Amino acid sequence: MGHLADNLVLGFRVALGPLNLLYCLVGAVLGTLIGVLPGIGPVATIAMLLPATFKLPPVAALIMLAGIYYGAQYGGSTTAILVNVPGESSSVVTCLDGYAMARQGRAGPALGIAALGSFFAGCVATLILALFAPPLAELALRFGPTETFSLMVLGLVAAAVLAQGSLLKAAAMIFLGLLLGLVGTDVNSGALRFAFGIPELSDGIGFVALAMGMFGFAEIVANLEVREKREVFTDAVQALLPTRADLKASWKAVLRGTGVGSLLGVLPGGGAILGSFASYSLEKRLAADPSRFGKGAIEGVAGPESANNAGAQTSFIPLLTLGIPPNAVMAMMMGAMTIHGITPGPLVIRQQPELFWGVVASMWVGNLLLVVLNLPLIGIWVRLLKVPYRLLYPAILLFCCIGVYSVSNSTFDVVLTAAFGVLGYLFIKLQCEPAPLLLGFILGPLMEENLRRALRLSRGDPSVFFTQPLSLAMLLGAAILLVLIIVPAVRSTRSEAFRG
Amino acid sequence: MIRHPKDFFAGLVLLGFGAGAIVIARGYPMGSAMRMGPGYFPTLLGGLLVLLGLALAARAFWLRGDPVGEWAFRPLLLVHGGVVAFAVLLRPLGLVVATLALVALSRLGGWEFRALEVAALFLFLTALAMGLFVYGLGLPFQVWPG
Repeated sequence: MGHLADNLVLGFRVALGPLNLLYCLVGAVLGTLIGVLPGIGPVATIAMLLPATFKLPPVAALIMLAGIYYGAQYGGSTTAILVNVPGESSSVVTCLDGYAMARQGRAGPALGIAALGSFFAGCVATLILALFAPPLAELALRFGPTETFSLMVLGLVAAAVLAQGSLLKAAAMIFLGLLLGLVGTDVNSGALRFAFGIPELSDGIGFVALAMGMFGFAEIVANLEVREKREVFTDAVQALLPTRADLKASWKAVLRGTGVGSLLGVLPGGGAILGSFASYSLEKRLAADPSRFGKGAIEGVAGPESANNAGAQTSFIPLLTLGIPPNAVMAMMMGAMTIHGITPGPLVIRQQPELFWGVVASMWVGNLLLVVLNLPLIGIWVRLLKVPYRLLYPAILLFCCIGVYSVSNSTFDVVLTAAFGVLGYLFIKLQCEPAPLLLGFILGPLMEENLRRALRLSRGDPSVFFTQPLSLAMLLGAAILLVLIIVPAVRSTRSEAFRG
Repeated sequence: MIRHPKDFFAGLVLLGFGAGAIVIARGYPMGSAMRMGPGYFPTLLGGLLVLLGLALAARAFWLRGDPVGEWAFRPLLLVHGGVVAFAVLLRPLGLVVATLALVALSRLGGWEFRALEVAALFLFLTALAMGLFVYGLGLPFQVWPG
């Protein structure tokens, strides 16, 4: 434990430095801002802001980018409660009871308990990260290429299983992502692959272009399909602090939400969203009177909002210890780290302790800043929500274009982003989630490299993945996950077929 | 016949990508499992993608699902047209002209086009972008034509 204390002291010394504190604040507030605004999420925002971090030291850059993700969890609830529109996809369930509370004139306590619950969850998740990341990283240090490849298989299978919508589609999107990741020069042979004679593609597809097109531009087009109409509950926000009765009704939900969120955040495919859904259904199941849910039950706000913040933070664990991004936002963080010359993985904690512990400590600092700043700032967020989308989306587009251009001063990248925007819209229409594709895209080159090394070591014998115990355990885990999900799916498909 | 159009077309699109990858990767040395050539992994992935695409499309004859729905061609073309115009105009004519094209075209792709409002938005965004990126962050942008 003494070790942990030393490390946390180191972390806080880094996080409380004036520059890092400033960027923590900037990230957290920007995160809240885009969390409040529907139609722009943390993936596109991180892509947009990445070029702005180029001149920063890596610690400050990562502190700011991390702040965007958990800051967005604070902001998302505001829109859900006041407008009945999730500002962030992880606040979808908050709409149900949050908006109902707002209609009863209890928007204040709903906003208050969301912020307090998020803060509590953020503190716990920071501690979990500090406690569990180092031993996991030590374990991962012993992984050879065989184990690393199997781990990536497990991660991607879990991401496909836990993705929203169809497993088959998610799996196919992962493979497409892996393929897109191979575009460019093959590091091993120097051969140029899938470059179509375009010199700009010899370095591969920029992950900023891909993410911004699929998560930013495509989303804007989808939002423009229907004319916006928004009703903001502004007058209802008065007393922000929950009453004693509110606290009494919700503290257990906060605790449970934190637990569920922390656990599900670590899983590949998890992150903030999964935890919020799980927490809501858990609260509904445990409630003495489940019929209150959807009609303004405060537990229905407290639980999910705690869960999404906890999940946002614990999803850093697989990235920082195993080098595997569990969700799309972490895939962006992985790209950002690579651009800053850091290889995410088990070596980060050992080789760059000030970076790891600085980012961990900054999360606690950021949560504190958020809970202190967020409640007084709600007036500003509400006014912001009144800005019509027709003024917002050209601004988002412009900042995206400037951002993607600035990554390597390339107008080709801007055109490429537009191409991914069109592809992304096609996938939205066909209900294919882009998140698994982004995961595959980031992991593609790594997977190929580890497969190549593993097979070279085994002299081309693929059975090595099943004879090494750790690798076998991971592949078995993946197989069990697949069976668990496929069996009910097969059953429902068959019953569909029989009925039709 | 096709009961799940979204899955059916998604399957075809993904199948197309997989088949394309296999065809292109035929031009790269395959190598062997022990010495994977540059064509090995893409062919493997392409094959798996073809299988999944086929399964998805085939399944659409059993499963039931919603139609694909209306395509928003106007925003799709004008938003992305604005982005491409930004890219094309940025080098020869500078940030201000490129911003004008992006704002105007993308607003034409939206629901309401009010000339005065768009002009004001253009001026505001130009000032903001110059203040933040050109002067604030010192990014190397050509601002004006010439």
